[in-house]
Amino acid sequence: MASGVKPRVKVPKSASAGDIITIKTLISHKMESGQRKDGDGNIIPRSIINRFTADFNGQNVIDVAMEPAISTNPYFQFDATVPEAGEFTFTWYDDDGDVYETKKSIKIG
Amino acid sequence: MSLTRRELLAIGASAIAAASAGPAFAAADFIEGFTEGADVGEGGVTITAPEIAENGNTVPIGVEAAGAVAIAVYADGNPVPNVAVFKFGALNPNQSATTRIRLARSQNVVAVAQMADGSYTMAQAAVKVTIGGCGG
Repeated sequence: MASGVKPRVKVPKSASAGDIITIKTLISHKMESGQRKDGDGNIIPRSIINRFTADFNGQNVIDVAMEPAISTNPYFQFDATVPEAGEFTFTWYDDDGDVYETKKSIKIG
Repeated sequence: MSLTRRELLAIGASAIAAASAGPAFAAADFIEGFTEGADVGEGGVTITAPEIAENGNTVPIGVEAAGAVAIAVYADGNPVPNVAVFKFGALNPNQSATTRIRLARSQNVVAVAQMADGSYTMAQAAVKVTIGGCGG
């Protein structure tokens, strides 16, 4: 597992049914691009998060395919419709096969 | 080969005109891979990027295309032009997203949107980068 990977997600605690909410996500990851060289001129191998998805109660909100051009500590902001109370699932897929997942529930009212 | 100054200037000017005419991108091949050779129109998609980015390692960009299924983002002057492909699900109200990207140098950032009816449309923004990303 890549070290120091920590997902952070900002979702409102509650919303009215049918509301559009803004979600902000950030995951700490060095996103080594595979373009950089170390002190001896050797290329540092690529090690990035290559996919990010957000789902609400099993329905997809956004699915992002990521390339090395995404900055260190990948940040995404997007909107989602909340039809009912439930749970958001955020998933990041690492090059090394690791999957990082975090969930946030949201209430109606 | 001897050229007069006038001829040289004319050649230079035509070369510049050729380079700026149409979507002659380094990323054109990658865009074609995304659109599968379909025609790419204009409008319906917006890309938000700063005119001048002080640090190419983290340049905030936003894309939006109401009614799009997916938006692909390309950075024309990066060693690898692909940046990201955003696919929007059923619960996405406005098909927009914001993220931060790396830019190696001053260049155009291109967004290509795939609309629900299968058509493609694109937009681009020029970003001046003071200190490039991807460095080593």
